[in-house]
Amino acid sequence: MIMLRALLFANGFGLLIGLLIIFMDKVINNYGEVAITINHDKEIRGDGGKTLLRILFESKYFIPSACGGKGTCGYCKLKVVEGGGTALPTEALMLTRSEIREQYRLACQLKVKENLQVEIPPEYLEIQEYEGMFSLSEQITEDIKRVRMQLITPETISYKPGQYVQVRIPTDDGFDFRAYSMSSNPDEQNEIELNIKLIPAGIGSSYLHAKQVGDPVEFSGPYGDFYLKTHSDREIICVAGGVGLAPLKSIVAYWVSHNLSRPIYLFYGARSLKDLYNHDYFTGIAETKPQFHYFPALSDPAPDWDGTTGFIHTVLDRELSTGIHGEAYLCGPPIMIDAVMAVLESKGIPKESILYDKF
Amino acid sequence: MNILLILFASILTSNIALTYFLGMCPFVSISKNIQVASGMGMAVTMVMTLTAVANWLVNNYVLIPLGLGYMQFLVFIVTIAAIVQILEIVIDRFFPALYQSFGIFLPLITVNCAILGISLFMVLRSFGLLQTFFYGLGSGIGWFLAIITIGGIRKRLIFSKPPRRFGETGITAIIAGLMALAFIGFTGVASL
Ligand SMILES: Cc1cc2nc3c(=O)[nH]c(=O)nc-3n(C[C@H](O)[C@H](O)[C@H](O)COP(=O)(O)OP(=O)(O)OC[C@H]3O[C@@H](n4cnc5c(N)ncnc54)[C@H](O)[C@@H]3O)c2cc1C
Ligand code: FES
Repeated sequence: MIMLRALLFANGFGLLIGLLIIFMDKVINNYGEVAITINHDKEIRGDGGKTLLRILFESKYFIPSACGGKGTCGYCKLKVVEGGGTALPTEALMLTRSEIREQYRLACQLKVKENLQVEIPPEYLEIQEYEGMFSLSEQITEDIKRVRMQLITPETISYKPGQYVQVRIPTDDGFDFRAYSMSSNPDEQNEIELNIKLIPAGIGSSYLHAKQVGDPVEFSGPYGDFYLKTHSDREIICVAGGVGLAPLKSIVAYWVSHNLSRPIYLFYGARSLKDLYNHDYFTGIAETKPQFHYFPALSDPAPDWDGTTGFIHTVLDRELSTGIHGEAYLCGPPIMIDAVMAVLESKGIPKESILYDKF
Repeated sequence: MNILLILFASILTSNIALTYFLGMCPFVSISKNIQVASGMGMAVTMVMTLTAVANWLVNNYVLIPLGLGYMQFLVFIVTIAAIVQILEIVIDRFFPALYQSFGIFLPLITVNCAILGISLFMVLRSFGLLQTFFYGLGSGIGWFLAIITIGGIRKRLIFSKPPRRFGETGITAIIAGLMALAFIGFTGVASL
Protein backbone atom coordinates (compact mmCIF):
# COMPACT_ATOMS: atom_id res chain seq x y z
CA MET A 1 0.00 0.00 0.00
CA ILE A 2 2.77 2.39 0.97
CA MET A 3 4.66 1.40 -2.17
CA LEU A 4 1.64 2.06 -4.31
CA ARG A 5 1.06 5.43 -2.77
CA ALA A 6 4.68 6.44 -3.29
CA LEU A 7 4.57 5.24 -6.88
CA LEU A 8 1.35 7.08 -7.67
CA PHE A 9 2.63 10.21 -6.04
CA ALA A 10 5.98 10.15 -7.84
CA ASN A 11 4.28 9.68 -11.21
CA GLY A 12 1.62 12.29 -10.59
CA PHE A 13 4.11 14.80 -9.31
CA GLY A 14 6.48 14.24 -12.24
CA LEU A 15 3.65 14.53 -14.74
CA LEU A 16 2.33 17.72 -13.19
CA ILE A 17 5.71 19.40 -13.21
CA GLY A 18 6.43 18.23 -16.75
CA LEU A 19 3.13 19.62 -18.03
CA LEU A 20 3.71 22.89 -16.25
CA ILE A 21 7.11 23.33 -17.89
CA ILE A 22 5.81 22.42 -21.34
CA PHE A 23 2.98 24.91 -20.90
CA MET A 24 5.32 27.70 -19.83
CA ASP A 25 7.68 26.91 -22.66
CA LYS A 26 4.92 27.09 -25.28
CA VAL A 27 3.25 30.21 -23.97
CA ILE A 28 6.04 32.35 -22.63
CA ASN A 29 9.07 31.15 -24.51
CA ASN A 30 7.52 32.04 -27.86
CA TYR A 31 8.94 35.13 -29.49
CA GLY A 32 7.23 34.91 -32.85
CA GLU A 33 9.07 35.72 -36.04
CA VAL A 34 12.08 38.02 -36.10
CA ALA A 35 13.78 39.83 -38.98
CA ILE A 36 17.55 40.03 -39.37
CA THR A 37 19.06 42.61 -41.69
CA ILE A 38 22.42 41.60 -43.12
CA ASN A 39 24.98 44.22 -44.16
CA HIS A 40 22.25 46.90 -44.32
CA ASP A 41 20.93 45.17 -47.37
CA LYS A 42 19.28 41.77 -47.29
CA GLU A 43 16.66 40.78 -44.79
CA ILE A 44 15.99 37.24 -43.59
CA ARG A 45 13.32 35.94 -41.23
CA GLY A 46 13.53 33.26 -38.59
CA ASP A 47 11.95 31.92 -35.40
CA GLY A 48 12.61 34.09 -32.37
CA GLY A 49 14.15 32.30 -29.41
CA LYS A 50 16.76 30.52 -31.53
CA THR A 51 20.39 31.62 -31.61
CA LEU A 52 21.61 34.01 -34.27
CA LEU A 53 23.99 31.35 -35.56
CA ARG A 54 21.13 28.88 -35.99
CA ILE A 55 18.88 31.35 -37.80
CA LEU A 56 21.69 32.35 -40.16
CA PHE A 57 22.50 28.71 -40.91
CA GLU A 58 18.87 27.97 -41.65
CA SER A 59 18.89 30.81 -44.19
CA LYS A 60 22.14 29.47 -45.67
CA TYR A 61 24.45 32.09 -44.25
CA PHE A 62 27.43 30.08 -43.02
CA ILE A 63 29.49 31.43 -40.15
CA PRO A 64 32.62 29.64 -38.90
CA SER A 65 31.66 27.78 -35.74
CA ALA A 66 34.25 25.10 -35.16
CA CYS A 67 33.15 24.27 -31.62
CA GLY A 68 29.62 23.58 -32.84
CA GLY A 69 28.06 26.47 -30.91
CA LYS A 70 29.40 25.74 -27.44
CA GLY A 71 30.90 29.20 -27.06
CA THR A 72 34.45 27.91 -26.72
CA CYS A 73 36.12 28.62 -30.08
CA GLY A 74 35.21 32.27 -30.54
CA TYR A 75 35.11 31.87 -34.34
CA CYS A 76 31.48 32.92 -34.68
CA LYS A 77 31.91 36.55 -33.64
CA LEU A 78 29.87 39.03 -35.65
CA LYS A 79 29.18 42.72 -35.35
CA VAL A 80 25.59 43.28 -34.29
CA VAL A 81 24.88 46.86 -35.23
CA GLU A 82 21.42 47.06 -33.75
CA GLY A 83 19.41 45.05 -31.24
CA GLY A 84 20.33 42.15 -29.01
CA GLY A 85 21.82 44.01 -26.05
CA THR A 86 25.44 43.66 -25.02
CA ALA A 87 27.69 40.64 -24.62
CA LEU A 88 26.77 38.05 -21.98
CA PRO A 89 29.34 37.06 -19.35
CA THR A 90 29.96 33.80 -21.26
CA GLU A 91 30.87 35.78 -24.35
CA ALA A 92 33.14 38.16 -22.47
CA LEU A 93 35.67 35.33 -22.15
CA MET A 94 36.04 35.07 -25.93
CA LEU A 95 35.85 38.75 -26.92
CA THR A 96 38.33 41.52 -26.25
CA ARG A 97 37.22 44.69 -24.51
CA SER A 98 37.35 46.73 -27.70
CA GLU A 99 35.34 44.09 -29.55
CA ILE A 100 32.66 44.29 -26.89
CA ARG A 101 32.63 48.07 -27.20
CA GLU A 102 32.22 47.76 -30.96
CA GLN A 103 29.17 45.53 -30.46
CA TYR A 104 30.72 42.23 -31.45
CA ARG A 105 28.79 39.19 -30.25
CA LEU A 106 29.21 35.43 -30.41
CA ALA A 107 26.47 34.42 -32.81
CA CYS A 108 26.09 31.04 -31.10
CA GLN A 109 25.32 32.63 -27.71
CA LEU A 110 23.02 35.42 -28.83
CA LYS A 111 19.41 34.34 -28.51
CA VAL A 112 17.38 36.42 -30.94
CA LYS A 113 14.31 37.99 -29.37
CA GLU A 114 13.92 41.12 -31.48
CA ASN A 115 14.83 42.34 -34.93
CA LEU A 116 18.57 42.64 -35.47
CA GLN A 117 21.02 44.27 -37.84
CA VAL A 118 24.26 42.36 -38.33
CA GLU A 119 27.39 42.71 -40.41
CA ILE A 120 28.81 39.60 -42.03
CA PRO A 121 32.35 39.83 -43.48
CA PRO A 122 32.33 39.39 -47.27
CA GLU A 123 34.55 36.31 -47.20
CA TYR A 124 31.92 34.45 -45.17
CA LEU A 125 29.37 35.10 -47.90
CA GLU A 126 31.42 32.92 -50.21
CA ILE A 127 31.07 29.89 -47.99
CA GLN A 128 28.72 27.43 -49.61
CA GLU A 129 26.79 24.32 -48.81
CA TYR A 130 27.69 21.08 -50.56
CA GLU A 131 25.91 17.79 -51.05
CA GLY A 132 28.08 14.82 -51.67
CA MET A 133 28.51 11.09 -51.31
CA PHE A 134 31.06 8.98 -49.49
CA SER A 135 33.43 7.47 -52.04
CA LEU A 136 35.86 5.88 -49.60
CA SER A 137 35.91 4.92 -45.96
CA GLU A 138 38.86 3.03 -44.57
CA GLN A 139 40.36 2.41 -41.16
CA ILE A 140 43.92 3.77 -41.14
CA THR A 141 44.80 3.47 -37.46
CA GLU A 142 43.08 1.93 -34.48
CA ASP A 143 40.82 4.98 -34.09
CA ILE A 144 41.25 7.07 -37.25
CA LYS A 145 39.30 6.60 -40.46
CA ARG A 146 40.10 8.16 -43.79
CA VAL A 147 36.93 9.16 -45.63
CA ARG A 148 36.59 10.70 -49.05
CA MET A 149 33.52 12.56 -50.23
CA GLN A 150 32.67 13.09 -53.84
CA LEU A 151 30.83 16.36 -54.53
CA ILE A 152 27.47 16.23 -56.27
CA THR A 153 25.93 19.73 -55.98
CA PRO A 154 27.85 21.88 -56.61
CA GLU A 155 30.31 19.58 -58.34
CA THR A 156 33.49 21.38 -57.33
CA ILE A 157 34.92 23.23 -54.34
CA SER A 158 37.88 25.57 -54.28
CA TYR A 159 39.81 25.94 -51.05
CA LYS A 160 43.26 26.62 -49.73
CA PRO A 161 45.47 23.88 -48.27
CA GLY A 162 44.80 23.76 -44.51
CA GLN A 163 41.17 24.89 -44.47
CA TYR A 164 38.31 22.92 -42.94
CA VAL A 165 34.66 22.07 -43.60
CA GLN A 166 31.74 21.72 -41.21
CA VAL A 167 29.85 18.48 -41.64
CA ARG A 168 26.16 18.40 -40.89
CA ILE A 169 25.41 15.80 -38.22
CA PRO A 170 21.73 14.78 -37.77
CA THR A 171 20.67 14.69 -34.13
CA ASP A 172 17.49 13.92 -32.21
CA ASP A 173 16.32 17.52 -32.35
CA GLY A 174 17.45 18.61 -35.79
CA PHE A 175 21.09 18.89 -36.72
CA ASP A 176 24.46 19.90 -35.41
CA PHE A 177 27.78 20.42 -37.13
CA ARG A 178 31.41 19.52 -36.51
CA ALA A 179 34.61 20.88 -38.01
CA TYR A 180 36.99 18.62 -39.94
CA SER A 181 40.10 19.67 -41.79
CA MET A 182 40.53 18.67 -45.41
CA SER A 183 43.60 16.52 -45.91
CA SER A 184 43.29 16.35 -49.68
CA ASN A 185 45.16 18.37 -52.28
CA PRO A 186 43.02 21.41 -53.25
CA ASP A 187 43.88 20.71 -56.90
CA GLU A 188 41.39 17.87 -57.00
CA GLN A 189 38.26 19.93 -56.81
CA ASN A 190 35.54 17.33 -57.05
CA GLU A 191 36.49 15.23 -54.04
CA ILE A 192 37.70 16.01 -50.53
CA GLU A 193 39.34 13.79 -47.96
CA LEU A 194 38.94 13.94 -44.19
CA ASN A 195 40.68 12.04 -41.39
CA ILE A 196 38.31 11.36 -38.54
CA LYS A 197 39.42 10.26 -35.13
CA LEU A 198 36.77 8.38 -33.17
CA ILE A 199 36.00 10.08 -29.87
CA PRO A 200 34.19 7.64 -27.53
CA ALA A 201 30.51 8.62 -27.44
CA GLY A 202 31.25 11.59 -29.72
CA ILE A 203 28.26 12.53 -31.85
CA GLY A 204 30.10 13.71 -34.96
CA SER A 205 32.95 11.26 -35.09
CA SER A 206 30.71 8.23 -34.42
CA TYR A 207 28.32 9.35 -37.14
CA LEU A 208 31.11 9.69 -39.69
CA HIS A 209 32.75 6.42 -38.67
CA ALA A 210 29.48 4.57 -39.24
CA LYS A 211 29.03 5.87 -42.80
CA GLN A 212 29.66 3.65 -45.80
CA VAL A 213 30.58 4.20 -49.40
CA GLY A 214 27.53 5.49 -51.27
CA ASP A 215 25.90 7.20 -48.27
CA PRO A 216 24.95 10.87 -48.74
CA VAL A 217 26.59 13.67 -46.76
CA GLU A 218 26.16 17.44 -46.42
CA PHE A 219 28.75 19.97 -45.39
CA SER A 220 29.61 23.64 -45.69
CA GLY A 221 32.94 25.28 -46.33
CA PRO A 222 35.67 26.18 -46.82
CA TYR A 223 36.43 27.80 -43.47
CA GLY A 224 39.45 29.12 -41.62
CA ASP A 225 42.52 31.36 -41.75
CA PHE A 226 44.78 28.38 -41.18
CA TYR A 227 46.13 27.83 -44.69
CA LEU A 228 49.44 27.94 -46.52
CA LYS A 229 50.49 31.51 -47.29
CA THR A 230 51.65 31.29 -50.89
CA HIS A 231 53.05 34.82 -51.18
CA SER A 232 55.90 34.24 -48.80
CA ASP A 233 59.49 33.07 -49.10
CA ARG A 234 59.81 31.76 -45.57
CA GLU A 235 60.62 28.12 -44.99
CA ILE A 236 57.54 26.11 -44.12
CA ILE A 237 57.55 24.39 -40.74
CA CYS A 238 54.65 22.00 -40.19
CA VAL A 239 54.08 20.44 -36.78
CA ALA A 240 51.35 17.83 -36.35
CA GLY A 241 50.11 15.79 -33.41
CA GLY A 242 47.90 12.76 -34.05
CA VAL A 243 44.95 13.46 -36.33
CA GLY A 244 46.16 17.08 -36.52
CA LEU A 245 48.17 15.80 -39.47
CA ALA A 246 45.13 16.20 -41.76
CA PRO A 247 45.48 19.88 -42.81
CA LEU A 248 49.26 19.58 -42.95
CA LYS A 249 49.05 16.66 -45.33
CA SER A 250 47.05 18.93 -47.59
CA ILE A 251 49.81 21.53 -47.38
CA VAL A 252 52.51 18.96 -48.19
CA ALA A 253 50.51 17.56 -51.11
CA TYR A 254 50.05 21.07 -52.49
CA TRP A 255 53.76 21.80 -52.02
CA VAL A 256 54.63 18.66 -54.00
CA SER A 257 52.20 19.16 -56.88
CA HIS A 258 53.09 22.84 -57.30
CA ASN A 259 56.82 22.15 -57.17
CA LEU A 260 57.36 24.89 -54.59
CA SER A 261 61.04 25.56 -53.99
CA ARG A 262 60.71 26.79 -50.39
CA PRO A 263 62.10 24.14 -48.02
CA ILE A 264 59.43 22.38 -45.98
CA TYR A 265 59.71 20.55 -42.65
CA LEU A 266 57.17 18.12 -41.30
CA PHE A 267 57.39 17.25 -37.61
CA TYR A 268 54.85 14.58 -36.89
CA GLY A 269 54.21 13.15 -33.44
CA ALA A 270 52.12 10.10 -32.63
CA ARG A 271 51.94 7.53 -29.87
CA SER A 272 53.13 4.40 -31.68
CA LEU A 273 53.89 3.26 -35.21
CA LYS A 274 50.30 2.03 -35.57
CA ASP A 275 49.11 5.61 -35.04
CA LEU A 276 51.57 7.11 -37.49
CA TYR A 277 49.44 7.14 -40.61
CA ASN A 278 50.57 8.34 -44.04
CA HIS A 279 54.09 7.41 -42.89
CA ASP A 280 54.95 5.66 -46.18
CA TYR A 281 53.59 8.56 -48.21
CA PHE A 282 55.89 11.03 -46.47
CA THR A 283 58.91 8.73 -46.51
CA GLY A 284 58.37 8.39 -50.28
CA ILE A 285 58.39 12.17 -50.79
CA ALA A 286 61.47 12.57 -48.61
CA GLU A 287 63.33 10.12 -50.86
CA THR A 288 62.65 12.05 -54.06
CA LYS A 289 62.57 15.66 -52.82
CA PRO A 290 65.64 16.85 -50.92
CA GLN A 291 63.83 20.03 -49.87
CA PHE A 292 61.31 18.00 -47.87
CA HIS A 293 62.48 17.21 -44.34
CA TYR A 294 60.46 14.61 -42.50
CA PHE A 295 60.75 14.05 -38.73
CA PRO A 296 58.37 11.48 -37.32
CA ALA A 297 58.57 10.88 -33.57
CA LEU A 298 56.79 8.41 -31.32
CA SER A 299 56.03 9.11 -27.69
CA ASP A 300 55.26 5.53 -26.75
CA PRO A 301 56.88 3.22 -29.36
CA ALA A 302 57.14 -0.56 -29.52
CA PRO A 303 60.68 -1.88 -28.80
CA ASP A 304 61.45 -2.46 -32.51
CA TRP A 305 61.11 1.25 -33.44
CA ASP A 306 64.51 2.60 -34.44
CA GLY A 307 63.42 6.18 -35.19
CA THR A 308 63.08 9.15 -32.89
CA THR A 309 61.37 8.76 -29.52
CA GLY A 310 59.88 11.57 -27.47
CA PHE A 311 57.35 14.37 -27.61
CA ILE A 312 57.33 16.39 -30.80
CA HIS A 313 58.29 19.72 -29.23
CA THR A 314 61.55 18.24 -27.92
CA VAL A 315 62.37 16.90 -31.39
CA LEU A 316 61.63 20.31 -32.85
CA ASP A 317 63.88 21.94 -30.28
CA ARG A 318 66.70 19.59 -31.24
CA GLU A 319 66.38 19.66 -35.03
CA LEU A 320 65.41 23.22 -35.89
CA SER A 321 68.21 25.77 -36.15
CA THR A 322 67.87 29.04 -34.25
CA GLY A 323 67.16 32.10 -36.34
CA ILE A 324 65.58 30.09 -39.18
CA HIS A 325 63.64 32.31 -41.61
CA GLY A 326 60.48 30.28 -41.28
CA GLU A 327 56.74 30.33 -40.78
CA ALA A 328 55.01 27.64 -38.82
CA TYR A 329 51.77 25.71 -39.19
CA LEU A 330 50.73 23.78 -36.09
CA CYS A 331 47.82 21.45 -35.67
CA GLY A 332 46.97 19.09 -32.84
CA PRO A 333 45.76 19.02 -29.24
CA PRO A 334 45.94 22.36 -27.35
CA ILE A 335 48.66 21.19 -24.98
CA MET A 336 50.96 20.26 -27.87
CA ILE A 337 50.35 23.62 -29.58
CA ASP A 338 51.29 25.50 -26.42
CA ALA A 339 54.51 23.53 -25.98
CA VAL A 340 55.47 23.93 -29.64
CA MET A 341 54.74 27.68 -29.62
CA ALA A 342 57.20 28.15 -26.78
CA VAL A 343 59.92 26.28 -28.69
CA LEU A 344 59.29 28.23 -31.90
CA GLU A 345 59.46 31.54 -30.12
CA SER A 346 62.77 30.54 -28.54
CA LYS A 347 64.04 29.86 -32.09
CA GLY A 348 63.22 33.43 -33.03
CA ILE A 349 60.13 32.84 -35.13
CA PRO A 350 57.79 35.84 -34.69
CA LYS A 351 54.27 35.22 -33.36
CA GLU A 352 52.71 36.59 -36.57
CA SER A 353 54.40 33.80 -38.51
CA ILE A 354 52.87 31.04 -36.42
CA LEU A 355 49.45 29.75 -37.41
CA TYR A 356 47.64 27.02 -35.56
CA ASP A 357 44.39 25.07 -35.32
CA LYS A 358 43.62 23.57 -31.93
CA PHE A 359 41.53 20.39 -32.21
CA MET B 1 13.26 31.57 16.56
CA ASN B 2 13.13 35.23 15.74
CA ILE B 3 13.15 35.84 11.99
CA LEU B 4 15.63 38.68 12.22
CA LEU B 5 17.95 36.40 14.13
CA ILE B 6 17.59 33.77 11.43
CA LEU B 7 18.33 36.30 8.73
CA PHE B 8 21.42 37.57 10.50
CA ALA B 9 22.71 34.13 11.40
CA SER B 10 22.23 32.70 7.94
CA ILE B 11 24.06 35.61 6.34
CA LEU B 12 27.03 35.66 8.70
CA THR B 13 27.53 33.06 11.37
CA SER B 14 25.99 30.07 9.64
CA ASN B 15 27.05 31.16 6.19
CA ILE B 16 26.22 28.33 3.81
CA ALA B 17 29.46 28.67 1.87
CA LEU B 18 31.89 29.37 4.66
CA THR B 19 30.61 27.30 7.56
CA TYR B 20 29.01 24.41 5.69
CA PHE B 21 31.22 24.61 2.62
CA LEU B 22 28.30 23.93 0.31
CA GLY B 23 28.11 25.27 -3.24
CA MET B 24 31.89 25.14 -3.53
CA CYS B 25 32.05 24.40 -7.25
CA PRO B 26 30.91 27.82 -8.51
CA PHE B 27 32.45 29.40 -5.42
CA VAL B 28 35.89 28.38 -6.63
CA SER B 29 35.40 28.41 -10.39
CA ILE B 30 33.38 31.59 -10.93
CA SER B 31 34.87 33.85 -8.26
CA LYS B 32 37.70 35.10 -10.44
CA ASN B 33 35.69 37.90 -11.96
CA ILE B 34 33.54 39.98 -9.61
CA GLN B 35 30.97 40.84 -12.23
CA VAL B 36 30.40 37.22 -13.12
CA ALA B 37 30.45 36.31 -9.42
CA SER B 38 27.75 38.81 -8.56
CA GLY B 39 25.56 37.50 -11.39
CA MET B 40 25.88 34.04 -9.91
CA GLY B 41 25.26 35.44 -6.43
CA MET B 42 22.01 37.06 -7.49
CA ALA B 43 20.84 33.90 -9.19
CA VAL B 44 21.63 31.79 -6.12
CA THR B 45 19.83 34.20 -3.79
CA MET B 46 16.71 34.22 -5.89
CA VAL B 47 16.59 30.47 -6.44
CA MET B 48 17.40 29.68 -2.81
CA THR B 49 14.55 31.80 -1.49
CA LEU B 50 12.00 30.50 -3.96
CA THR B 51 12.93 26.84 -3.67
CA ALA B 52 13.09 26.87 0.13
CA VAL B 53 9.56 28.26 0.29
CA ALA B 54 8.24 25.96 -2.43
CA ASN B 55 9.79 22.90 -0.81
CA TRP B 56 8.40 23.91 2.55
CA LEU B 57 4.92 24.02 1.02
CA VAL B 58 5.36 20.71 -0.75
CA ASN B 59 6.77 19.10 2.37
CA ASN B 60 4.13 20.35 4.79
CA TYR B 61 1.06 20.13 2.59
CA VAL B 62 1.83 17.09 0.47
CA LEU B 63 4.63 14.86 1.69
CA ILE B 64 3.87 14.82 5.42
CA PRO B 65 0.08 14.36 5.13
CA LEU B 66 0.66 11.50 2.66
CA GLY B 67 3.27 9.93 4.93
CA LEU B 68 5.88 10.23 2.20
CA GLY B 69 8.50 12.14 4.19
CA TYR B 70 11.15 9.69 3.05
CA MET B 71 10.79 10.94 -0.52
CA GLN B 72 12.01 14.39 0.42
CA PHE B 73 15.31 14.15 -1.43
CA LEU B 74 13.75 13.10 -4.68
CA VAL B 75 10.85 15.52 -4.57
CA PHE B 76 12.96 18.46 -3.47
CA ILE B 77 15.33 18.00 -6.38
CA VAL B 78 12.48 17.82 -8.87
CA THR B 79 10.89 20.96 -7.43
CA ILE B 80 14.19 22.80 -7.63
CA ALA B 81 14.78 21.73 -11.22
CA ALA B 82 11.28 22.80 -12.23
CA ILE B 83 11.51 26.16 -10.51
CA VAL B 84 14.84 26.92 -12.11
CA GLN B 85 13.49 26.04 -15.55
CA ILE B 86 10.39 28.16 -15.16
CA LEU B 87 12.32 31.02 -13.63
CA GLU B 88 14.69 31.04 -16.58
CA ILE B 89 11.85 31.17 -19.09
CA VAL B 90 10.01 33.92 -17.21
CA ILE B 91 13.03 36.11 -16.57
CA ASP B 92 14.23 35.75 -20.13
CA ARG B 93 10.86 36.91 -21.37
CA PHE B 94 9.87 39.66 -18.98
CA PHE B 95 13.07 40.95 -17.40
CA PRO B 96 15.68 41.03 -20.17
CA ALA B 97 17.98 43.23 -18.11
CA LEU B 98 17.99 40.73 -15.26
CA TYR B 99 18.46 37.87 -17.69
CA GLN B 100 21.43 39.68 -19.12
CA SER B 101 23.08 39.85 -15.72
CA PHE B 102 22.42 36.38 -14.37
CA GLY B 103 20.14 34.35 -16.65
CA ILE B 104 22.85 32.12 -17.99
CA PHE B 105 23.76 30.96 -14.48
CA LEU B 106 20.32 29.60 -13.69
CA PRO B 107 20.78 26.20 -15.36
CA LEU B 108 24.05 25.76 -13.46
CA ILE B 109 22.22 26.14 -10.20
CA THR B 110 19.86 23.20 -10.61
CA VAL B 111 22.48 20.81 -9.35
CA ASN B 112 24.03 23.11 -6.78
CA CYS B 113 24.24 21.37 -3.41
CA ALA B 114 23.81 24.59 -1.44
CA ILE B 115 20.29 24.97 -2.84
CA LEU B 116 19.26 21.46 -1.87
CA GLY B 117 21.09 21.89 1.42
CA ILE B 118 18.88 24.82 2.41
CA SER B 119 15.72 22.82 1.74
CA LEU B 120 16.98 19.92 3.82
CA PHE B 121 18.21 22.12 6.68
CA MET B 122 14.89 23.93 6.93
CA VAL B 123 13.20 20.58 7.53
CA LEU B 124 15.83 19.49 10.06
CA ARG B 125 15.43 22.72 11.97
CA SER B 126 11.61 22.55 11.79
CA PHE B 127 11.23 26.11 10.53
CA GLY B 128 7.83 27.63 9.86
CA LEU B 129 6.96 29.19 6.51
CA LEU B 130 8.07 32.71 7.37
CA GLN B 131 11.22 31.45 9.03
CA THR B 132 11.99 29.37 5.96
CA PHE B 133 11.59 32.39 3.73
CA PHE B 134 14.08 34.40 5.73
CA TYR B 135 16.40 31.45 6.10
CA GLY B 136 16.47 30.96 2.31
CA LEU B 137 16.87 34.65 1.65
CA GLY B 138 19.60 35.03 4.28
CA SER B 139 21.53 32.02 3.07
CA GLY B 140 21.39 33.34 -0.48
CA ILE B 141 22.63 36.75 0.57
CA GLY B 142 25.31 35.06 2.64
CA TRP B 143 26.52 33.03 -0.32
CA PHE B 144 26.43 36.17 -2.47
CA LEU B 145 28.47 38.05 0.12
CA ALA B 146 30.98 35.23 0.38
CA ILE B 147 31.54 34.89 -3.36
CA ILE B 148 32.00 38.60 -4.03
CA THR B 149 34.31 38.91 -1.04
CA ILE B 150 36.51 36.10 -2.23
CA GLY B 151 36.29 37.55 -5.74
CA GLY B 152 37.66 40.83 -4.40
CA ILE B 153 40.48 39.07 -2.62
CA ARG B 154 41.39 36.95 -5.64
CA LYS B 155 41.60 40.06 -7.78
CA ARG B 156 44.39 41.26 -5.53
CA LEU B 157 46.25 37.97 -5.79
CA ILE B 158 48.03 39.24 -8.89
CA PHE B 159 49.95 41.59 -6.63
CA SER B 160 51.19 38.82 -4.39
CA LYS B 161 53.09 35.65 -5.09
CA PRO B 162 51.47 32.64 -3.49
CA PRO B 163 53.57 29.45 -3.73
CA ARG B 164 53.22 28.39 -7.34
CA ARG B 165 52.60 24.73 -6.52
CA PHE B 166 49.34 25.59 -4.79
CA GLY B 167 47.83 26.55 -8.10
CA GLU B 168 44.89 28.90 -8.25
CA THR B 169 42.43 26.46 -6.79
CA GLY B 170 44.66 25.62 -3.86
CA ILE B 171 45.19 29.18 -2.83
CA THR B 172 41.48 29.88 -3.24
CA ALA B 173 40.66 27.06 -0.84
CA ILE B 174 43.10 28.48 1.69
CA ILE B 175 41.62 31.95 1.36
CA ALA B 176 38.16 30.46 1.86
CA GLY B 177 39.42 28.84 5.04
CA LEU B 178 40.74 32.15 6.38
CA MET B 179 37.48 33.86 5.48
CA ALA B 180 35.59 31.13 7.32
CA LEU B 181 37.57 31.91 10.46
CA ALA B 182 36.60 35.56 10.17
CA PHE B 183 32.92 34.75 9.69
CA ILE B 184 32.93 32.39 12.66
CA GLY B 185 34.03 35.35 14.70
CA PHE B 186 30.39 36.45 14.67
CA THR B 187 29.19 33.26 16.37
CA GLY B 188 29.04 34.94 19.76
CA VAL B 189 26.45 37.39 18.46
CA ALA B 190 23.98 34.83 17.12
CA SER B 191 23.98 31.36 15.70
CA LEU B 192 21.49 28.89 14.35
C1 LIG C 1 39.33 23.78 -36.93
C2 LIG C 1 39.11 22.36 -36.47
C3 LIG C 1 39.48 21.31 -37.30
C4 LIG C 1 39.27 19.99 -36.90
N1 LIG C 1 39.69 18.98 -37.72
C5 LIG C 1 39.54 17.70 -37.32
C6 LIG C 1 40.03 16.61 -38.15
O1 LIG C 1 40.58 16.80 -39.25
N2 LIG C 1 39.85 15.34 -37.69
C7 LIG C 1 39.25 15.06 -36.48
O2 LIG C 1 39.12 13.88 -36.13
N3 LIG C 1 38.79 16.07 -35.69
C8 LIG C 1 38.91 17.37 -36.07
N4 LIG C 1 38.46 18.38 -35.26
C9 LIG C 1 37.70 18.04 -34.03
C10 LIG C 1 36.22 17.81 -34.41
O3 LIG C 1 35.64 19.01 -34.85
C11 LIG C 1 35.34 17.34 -33.22
O4 LIG C 1 35.52 18.19 -32.13
C12 LIG C 1 35.65 15.93 -32.77
O5 LIG C 1 35.50 15.03 -33.86
C13 LIG C 1 34.73 15.50 -31.63
O6 LIG C 1 33.39 15.63 -32.04
P1 LIG C 1 32.28 14.59 -31.62
O7 LIG C 1 30.96 15.10 -32.08
O8 LIG C 1 32.66 13.23 -32.06
O9 LIG C 1 32.35 14.62 -30.03
P2 LIG C 1 31.37 15.41 -29.05
O10 LIG C 1 30.05 14.72 -29.06
O11 LIG C 1 31.43 16.84 -29.40
O12 LIG C 1 32.12 15.18 -27.69
C14 LIG C 1 31.96 14.01 -26.92
C15 LIG C 1 32.86 14.07 -25.69
O13 LIG C 1 34.22 13.95 -26.10
C16 LIG C 1 35.00 15.03 -25.60
N5 LIG C 1 35.96 15.40 -26.67
C17 LIG C 1 35.74 16.24 -27.72
N6 LIG C 1 36.84 16.32 -28.51
C18 LIG C 1 37.77 15.51 -27.96
C19 LIG C 1 39.10 15.19 -28.31
N7 LIG C 1 39.70 15.70 -29.38
N8 LIG C 1 39.77 14.31 -27.51
C20 LIG C 1 39.18 13.78 -26.42
N9 LIG C 1 37.91 14.06 -26.04
C21 LIG C 1 37.21 14.92 -26.78
C22 LIG C 1 34.03 16.13 -25.34
O14 LIG C 1 34.48 16.97 -24.30
C23 LIG C 1 32.77 15.39 -24.96
O15 LIG C 1 32.76 15.11 -23.60
C24 LIG C 1 38.67 19.71 -35.65
C25 LIG C 1 38.30 20.77 -34.82
C26 LIG C 1 38.53 22.08 -35.21
C27 LIG C 1 38.14 23.18 -34.27
S1 FES D 1 30.60 28.57 -32.44
FE1 FES D 1 32.37 28.41 -31.24
S2 FES D 1 32.16 30.14 -30.00
FE2 FES D 1 30.37 30.27 -31.18
